[in-house]
Amino acid sequence: MAAFSDKPEVFRTEISAFINTNCPAVLREMPADQREICWGGKRWTFTSDAQRDWLTACAAAGLTAPRWPEAYGGAALSREQEKVFREEMARAKAPSPLESFGLWMLGPALLAFGTEAQKTHFLPQITRGEIRWCQGYSEPGAGSDLAGVQTRAEDKGDHWLVNGSKIWTSYANHADWIFALVRTDREAPKHKGISFMLIDMESEGVSTKPIKLISGNSPFCETFFDNVKVPKSYGDDMSSIVGEQNRGWDVAKHLLTHERTMIGGGGSGAASGVLGGRSLGNFLSSLEDGVMADPVIRSDVMELEVDSLAMGMTLERYKDMAKTGGVGHASAMLKYYGTELNKRRYELLMSITGSEGVEWDGPHGTLAPEWLRTKANSIEGGTSEVMLDIISKRVLELPYK
Amino acid sequence: MTTLMLTEDETMLRDAARGFLDENAPVKNLRDNRDSGRAFDPGLWREMAQMGWAGVLVAEDAGGSGMGHRAAGILAEEMGLTLAASPFISSAVIAATALRGAATNRLSGIADGSLLYALAVDEGSKHNPQGTALQAEKSGNGFRLTGTKTFVADGGSANRVLVLARTAGAPGEADGLTLFDIDATRAGLTRQGKATVDSRDHAQLDFANVEATGDDVVGEVDGGMAAVTAALNAGQAAVSAELTGLCAGAFAMTTGYLKERKQFDTIIGTFQSLQHRAAHMWSEIEVTASAIANAGRVLDETPAESELAVSIAKARATKTAKLVVSEGVQMHGGIGMTDEFDMGFFMKRARVGAEWLGDYGFHAARVARARGF
Repeated sequence: MAAFSDKPEVFRTEISAFINTNCPAVLREMPADQREICWGGKRWTFTSDAQRDWLTACAAAGLTAPRWPEAYGGAALSREQEKVFREEMARAKAPSPLESFGLWMLGPALLAFGTEAQKTHFLPQITRGEIRWCQGYSEPGAGSDLAGVQTRAEDKGDHWLVNGSKIWTSYANHADWIFALVRTDREAPKHKGISFMLIDMESEGVSTKPIKLISGNSPFCETFFDNVKVPKSYGDDMSSIVGEQNRGWDVAKHLLTHERTMIGGGGSGAASGVLGGRSLGNFLSSLEDGVMADPVIRSDVMELEVDSLAMGMTLERYKDMAKTGGVGHASAMLKYYGTELNKRRYELLMSITGSEGVEWDGPHGTLAPEWLRTKANSIEGGTSEVMLDIISKRVLELPYK
Repeated sequence: MTTLMLTEDETMLRDAARGFLDENAPVKNLRDNRDSGRAFDPGLWREMAQMGWAGVLVAEDAGGSGMGHRAAGILAEEMGLTLAASPFISSAVIAATALRGAATNRLSGIADGSLLYALAVDEGSKHNPQGTALQAEKSGNGFRLTGTKTFVADGGSANRVLVLARTAGAPGEADGLTLFDIDATRAGLTRQGKATVDSRDHAQLDFANVEATGDDVVGEVDGGMAAVTAALNAGQAAVSAELTGLCAGAFAMTTGYLKERKQFDTIIGTFQSLQHRAAHMWSEIEVTASAIANAGRVLDETPAESELAVSIAKARATKTAKLVVSEGVQMHGGIGMTDEFDMGFFMKRARVGAEWLGDYGFHAARVARARGF
């Protein structure tokens, strides 16, 4: 485990040296649109030795989860240090060594609600990229009304018997484990009978079926639980439930806030995809002359640029607020605004690219599927309408009745 | 860059300003000003000056409080909240920035509130500094100024005028402009007050062979654009901040009304159609507030790069204010249309603020240029 200096300038030198020494040149020189995200997991096939080596080096230094404590596989960086780390990564054009739902979602949930044993067992498997997790929240009958989950876990003494199905489970067909909301008390009011359960996807009775989307891709699955036996414990002080039994809604809410801030982050336009990190202006100047002479397109682009830049500043301001006392329900605004902005951006990109943009395999690469994908932005993780409900009721305190 | 959140000092400044303005300059004061035909309350301005507001951008050794642009933005925002009328933006922000580095006695006059400045820059119905046609003809050792300036904020009550004039080149060219600092009572200068919807002081200034000397020139002869740019950026950021405060004021009235008004035996704030529109407005205001904070920070820390940040702020503030006051009237229903009710004041000031120092299109185009398209 690399220990980095607390002194800001020394830290920058050290972290920069780490990146330059350990991130293979082939990864750094790769054009943004050819980069492959490393998701990790038991069934992961590395796209190159370089990708594997970079993950190994980062994991050993705790840098796949830079903010997590060292005992759980992180590097215990401060927020300022993490910022420097990200800056130096960008400067060196180094790709992220690992992305996963474990890092984004389960990790933060375990850090907030897990027992010591759960943390020491599960978190390092995530930071090393050994176990790939998926999220089992929505059900066919529980979308916006997430607390209406019906997948049930019956108490069978030493294990839970789980039956039901989940939908929109991202990459469930590639995942090793799932963290799922299941009903452990059917008599209690709907928010009070849910538990947050960790289930091995290799358990007998678990099956998945990819859902083909309008984009032609299948990032989401249906996941079925047919008499799945889930042990009550995976070891000493290591329940299969995170947090208290029947209080899984608390964990879910905590994570949703997290997820919304993250999804909203797409709104500032630093996104990957067809723009590949370029500004919209940069992209436009790479196109044939004349497109921007259209006054309607030009006006729309200017407005989008103003809003995107202001959203970037808002994300920065909210990050600082989160650091000093939290943003609470106001995170719903980031999710609402960021996703609506991203949809606008892609509608506009489609307008700008015209008949070339509608080709599945045209000169703008994956623009068409990306555009279609953005339509889910304002649905997943809570619809725009749910976000507006949260703002009006929780932030503005407009009356229920 | 420093955080976009308010620092502890800034929070104290905001709270102090809010307390003072709530007590001494509620929206009713604007109504009283209008009904008595005055542009602002000189007593109120004296008190603002005593608190260091007039000298917010004047260094301490020149008699100011030297708090900076972010602080100026916070003050402007608080003034927007209650629509407090004062020469703050014209004098304390625009003139103080234009005259930075100039003779100290003028700056100290700005800081103590005794010098009231107006910036005379535009000549048509839209903001366009380089469109300046007003001629400053060389005459002996000095100049003679002839032409007309429109929409001069605080032009009727000012005792000094910063006027942008053409000493070379043709209208439309950025080069060949010169900024003059002259007494408002100088011979040949006539001022004609315009009754504008916001009940503030806006005037047309006619220059007929107004004499000026080399001492009246701010910056370089023919280099007036450079001399006025920093002042315009500062002014645009402050107007944006005022508009954002105005949004917060109008929005608070509106949500307050949604929580108490009953129709169909129901509080109308329970209606989802209104809730979602209110939540959307709040989101727009939050995003705009970030741009305002950012503009103030950039002006303080890297002023040479402030144009993009300022234009994002002005474009956002203009658009958001338009939305919030329109929705404000609509959600109040009929009462929102009455003169007796204050919402109309917010709508009228928002419209004037939208035009002052560049409308949405002016600033969005500047953002586009800065971003490479």
